[in-house]
Amino acid sequence: MDPSSSGIQEPFDLIRLSLSERVFVKLRGDRQLTGILHAYDGHMNLILSDVEETIMIVEVDDENATAGPKTVNVAKRKMDMLFVRGDGVILVSPPSRT
Amino acid sequence: MLIFSVFKTLTDQQVTVELKNDLSITGVLKSVDQFLNIRLDNIKVLDEARHPHMMAVKNCFIRGSVVRYVQLPAEHVDTQLLEDATRREALTQVKR
Repeated sequence: MDPSSSGIQEPFDLIRLSLSERVFVKLRGDRQLTGILHAYDGHMNLILSDVEETIMIVEVDDENATAGPKTVNVAKRKMDMLFVRGDGVILVSPPSRT
Repeated sequence: MLIFSVFKTLTDQQVTVELKNDLSITGVLKSVDQFLNIRLDNIKVLDEARHPHMMAVKNCFIRGSVVRYVQLPAEHVDTQLLEDATRREALTQVKR
């Protein structure tokens, strides 16, 4: 395997090719981030800059707690430079190339 | 090891650590180890009204595994250096 070629041979190569690009990160606890990826390691610890975090808060209505539509509240916040611990990461998605 | 080195370069800087129980602590990063355990001095809890039991605590040791995020001072992070170091570490991982 030639690691210097730009092809994707193993899953981490996809993340390596996303360095210095804006990525989407899905986390445990109904959280997601978008930010510019600057560093990662084998644990999927990440360092991102210009981060926007979105937290989904599902509110269950008392009357129809089992069925029916539930309202979803979205909380957003921005952070300059962020370290994200790898054990909370569910997926990292490279930017969509349009 | 790479992220450990990053934290070592940030010792004596002000950071905000967000824990998995939603507690956010700002303080001066005094030391860090290979597990990313963190020692903070001169700490301040962000939402003191929600965590009054933390008011008396002035410095603390945080177990790495309970950390969700650490907000870093952007002006003390060299992003170009980080990306190069990450690529270099990725190469050594592939060689094995």
